[in-house]
Amino acid sequence: MTEATLQPATPSAAMIRTLGLVATVCGVLIVTAYEGTLDAVNANKKLALERAVFKVIPGAAKVDEYFATPAGIQPAATGTPEGGVKFYAAYDQAGTLKGIAAEGAGKGYADTVRILYAYDPARQVVTGFGVVAMRETPGIGDKIYTDPAFLKNFEALDVKLSADLKSLANAVKVVKHGSKQNAWEIDAIAGATVTSKAVGRGINDSAQKLLPLLVPNLEKLNAAPQSRVSAFPPIAKGGEGGFEAAPTPSSTQNPPQPPFTKGGSDLASPRQEASS
Amino acid sequence: MIPGQKQLTNMEELLEGIWKQNPVFVMVLGMCPVLAVSVSAMNAISMGLATTFVLVGSTLLVSLLRSVIPKEVRIATYIVIIATFVTVVDYLIQAISLAVYDALGAFIQLIVVNCIILGRAEAHASKNPPLRSVLNALGMGAGFTLGLFALGAVREILGAGKLFGVALFGPDFQPWVVMVLPPGGFFVLGSWLLLFNWLNSRKTDAAQAKPVEGHAHV
Amino acid sequence: MNEPLRLELRTSPHVVKDNSVERIMFHVVLALLPIAAFSVWQYGLSALALLVTVTGTCLLTERLFNRLGGTASTLSDWSATITGLLLALTLPPAFPLWMGAVAGFTAIALGKALFGGIGFNVLNPALVGRAFVQAAFPVAITTWIPAFSAQRFSEFAPTTFTLPFMTPPDIGDWARAAVDGFTGATPLARWKFENVLAAPGDFLSGAVTASAGETSAILILLCGLYLAVRRFLDWRIPVAVLGSAALTAWVFQMIDPARYPDPLFVLLSGGLMIGAVFMATDMATSPVTPKGVWLYGALIGVVTVMIRYFGGLTEGVMYAILIGNALAPLIDQVTQPRVFGAAKGKKA
Repeated sequence: MTEATLQPATPSAAMIRTLGLVATVCGVLIVTAYEGTLDAVNANKKLALERAVFKVIPGAAKVDEYFATPAGIQPAATGTPEGGVKFYAAYDQAGTLKGIAAEGAGKGYADTVRILYAYDPARQVVTGFGVVAMRETPGIGDKIYTDPAFLKNFEALDVKLSADLKSLANAVKVVKHGSKQNAWEIDAIAGATVTSKAVGRGINDSAQKLLPLLVPNLEKLNAAPQSRVSAFPPIAKGGEGGFEAAPTPSSTQNPPQPPFTKGGSDLASPRQEASS
Repeated sequence: MIPGQKQLTNMEELLEGIWKQNPVFVMVLGMCPVLAVSVSAMNAISMGLATTFVLVGSTLLVSLLRSVIPKEVRIATYIVIIATFVTVVDYLIQAISLAVYDALGAFIQLIVVNCIILGRAEAHASKNPPLRSVLNALGMGAGFTLGLFALGAVREILGAGKLFGVALFGPDFQPWVVMVLPPGGFFVLGSWLLLFNWLNSRKTDAAQAKPVEGHAHV
Repeated sequence: MNEPLRLELRTSPHVVKDNSVERIMFHVVLALLPIAAFSVWQYGLSALALLVTVTGTCLLTERLFNRLGGTASTLSDWSATITGLLLALTLPPAFPLWMGAVAGFTAIALGKALFGGIGFNVLNPALVGRAFVQAAFPVAITTWIPAFSAQRFSEFAPTTFTLPFMTPPDIGDWARAAVDGFTGATPLARWKFENVLAAPGDFLSGAVTASAGETSAILILLCGLYLAVRRFLDWRIPVAVLGSAALTAWVFQMIDPARYPDPLFVLLSGGLMIGAVFMATDMATSPVTPKGVWLYGALIGVVTVMIRYFGGLTEGVMYAILIGNALAPLIDQVTQPRVFGAAKGKKA
């Protein structure tokens, strides 16, 4: 017991040697673990992303990540461009574009509510959303994905662009419970207004940024699913035929505003038609 | 070896952490993850297993290196070793299930500062051979997992009417919202501690051949 | 067990008749009975069933903890009865009975027994029970039924007999069938969300949507007056609570009359009356120094109005009183009167 006080101090060299040994062992362990799990982690991440996208875009079978930039659309694999907005293009088995998914975030009651919403380019509407992460009060805030009346808002939420394609024609707005009148309004959940507003703001902020960049370039997505392009040329049933596979009453009331024809690769064409 | 301390058998070493020195109910250590991730039984078990992995790995390494680690830098060495295993478990969980990884959130990385692990390294592994250290760590890990599960199960049953995600009461169950909120964690932990202490005090009372009104007014 | 002979040594004055805990508590129960009776007359069988269940659970829980702790029964000191009655009176009349039982158990177990029983509790037990169920069942505790419905003595509200652990059914249709145009919102909620003020007359007749015992302001004041006159409660606490709440409300109304209601509405709506008279005055959880009592009451009044005006909840009396309870020991400490003759600035 008393030897502790008498024991001479360990020489520095020994300490450095030990720490070096420990650091080496630990380094080897970490690198081994990293290398060993890398593939599985990446596969998991891809799977999780796909699952989230497939949930909001039924019928999709494949997801590609893109960035929308003022200069056009580029696949995410080529790097993260400055000022780019990330989105996901979902294709079905045949390689037809089923819809676009993008992330939105709005300040909720407890923390930021992060959602993934689905955008139908043909009808220019939001067709659904899923929660990516939130810390809202269970039993109250989670009504945003359990309350059928609230989810009905997102069957065809109007996000069409204004004539100049610079912003949404009508900003997505959350209104008090029971007072929804227009297709771009969201009827809030009574008692969970703050969380409802977070969803609405998340969609609005993201759509205001993404859609003006995305819509003029939709052509490219229609024609070019990243990896399936050669195997399944999307000519046979491509374009609008795919979107109208699941008709809803509102799809006839909301005809596609700037018509995206299959043929034209001229990026300016939707702009011209919309302004005419 | 500490002189004067009774040598435990290997079996006793293993059982130590599960009951007599249970990290949650007896030592009340590592309360941060206990309260934070015990909203469901699945989360609780995952957290318990992750902690057990780190506990076993780091005590094994500490025990193997115990004769070469100078006492001046021992804490730093332990922390490096623990952090290593936490990083490893972080990758492992990501590889096994992203859902679990998201549910546990920052608390996986925070295993580094779980005082059970540093406590075991300092108090046990640095003085015992590898086999005994690992047995003790396994027991502690099992005890921690058990404690987490005890909380997680109660909170999931009352807070969501489910256990491991399986609905127990049918669709009409009324969830007790408070149970999945932070106060619920404190309530349930308090109730378990109460139960444990009550059982223990009854045992000591019975052992002490009828005490005469000793502790009633303490 | 034989009680040992008690020799009490005390200095003068020697009061002949002692104000025992039992006697005070018994009179509080007496004072609560008219309010309970009024709530039953208002809401009928459901309110009665809730009163009986909650009070019964409180008594059973008290007995259970007496058993576990090996102490003599404390049922006869009436305090558990008071907790049960008060708790039931602050719950919505159609509150499912099983949730009422949860509230009653929590009130006594968590609010009282764990601290060591009567006199040792830090917080008002009835409010601890209510706060727990408020956090656990936020929907059920804000589901109200109309007062004076025609069938109130012939049928229960559909939620009353909800099976344990099950969600109570939606009572919107039932309530609208019973009373035309019933909205299910309390006057406070209607003010907060719809900017509609209830007429003061409605509060006096009890024709408002509220918890069982919150509607009869005059009755509560009369019962409180009886207790105050008999010196079973400290009259300064309700006066301070109501006074500070009214003053705060008045100040806000001066600032923006369009947005903030008049002080009378603040006093009559919600649970402020019953809270000020029966809950804030709980002897174990309120300060004892003369200055402290005023400070404590004023704090509760101000916090109540602040929560109502600026909080997410429509009603703030419960949390205001719990905050006051928690601060009571501190208030006692800082308002300690100077010992006569002691030097200034020196700790007694």
